[in-house]
Amino acid sequence: MGKPMKIRAAVKDGVTEVKILMQHEMETGLRKEADGTLVPAWFITEVKAQYQGRTVLETQFGQSVSKNPYLLFRFKGGAAGETITVSWVDNKGDTRSDEVTIAAN
Amino acid sequence: MNMEIDLQRRKALKTGGGVGLLAIFGALGLLQSGVALAEWNKTAFSAKTMDDALNALGVIVPENGAASIQLTVPEIAENGSVVPVTVASTLADVEQITIFVDKNPNVLAANFTLPQGTEAYITTRVKMGQTANVIALVKAGGKFYRTSKEVKVTAGGCGG
Repeated sequence: MGKPMKIRAAVKDGVTEVKILMQHEMETGLRKEADGTLVPAWFITEVKAQYQGRTVLETQFGQSVSKNPYLLFRFKGGAAGETITVSWVDNKGDTRSDEVTIAAN
Repeated sequence: MNMEIDLQRRKALKTGGGVGLLAIFGALGLLQSGVALAEWNKTAFSAKTMDDALNALGVIVPENGAASIQLTVPEIAENGSVVPVTVASTLADVEQITIFVDKNPNVLAANFTLPQGTEAYITTRVKMGQTANVIALVKAGGKFYRTSKEVKVTAGGCGG
């Protein structure tokens, strides 16, 4: 199981802004160790955000996304106290899912 | 013993069938964004050139999106391993936002599907191995739009 995400969500003027910081190495598979051996690819491939059982963002990542990926997006709706669930899966099949409560802004 | 082999065979058939179907849909340009996201688009994410990546995403010829896409990137990135990218668009009915780095070994960085109600505004961070163009592709109302900006990288971000 992956390391926990940091997620912030706040609603303002009927729009909820979500900021996600994932903890992941995001290895490209092209980097070499000092002894010349290739570090195998290891990166998040998909991230999904759900609000009230409805998908509000679907993401596919490649190797070019930075280590500890950051993501910001906005959707219409959302109310303080409600929950958003974010989950990811990586190329090794590892997953992580975290929840955040929407704050009033 | 026999059962184990049979299971493996089934699994192989299942996987093979899925990929084949995806390839057929892709080739016909019938790949809806919703369908594409059901499975990680390996072909697109393994593409080494912009043309191959666009083909794998079912994009024929994107329109000029310089006026309708707001792509925000730093002019100079001192650290190529963390380059912030923001893509926003004033177009109506934006369904998909895609970010590429044209000189990275794998050009496609991230692909976002925006369901109705999600705004055309995405920020993320990408790695850049060298000075290159960051390209934003936006799909709105079934059409593709494209714009790009150069980022000068003073220290590459792909290790090694």
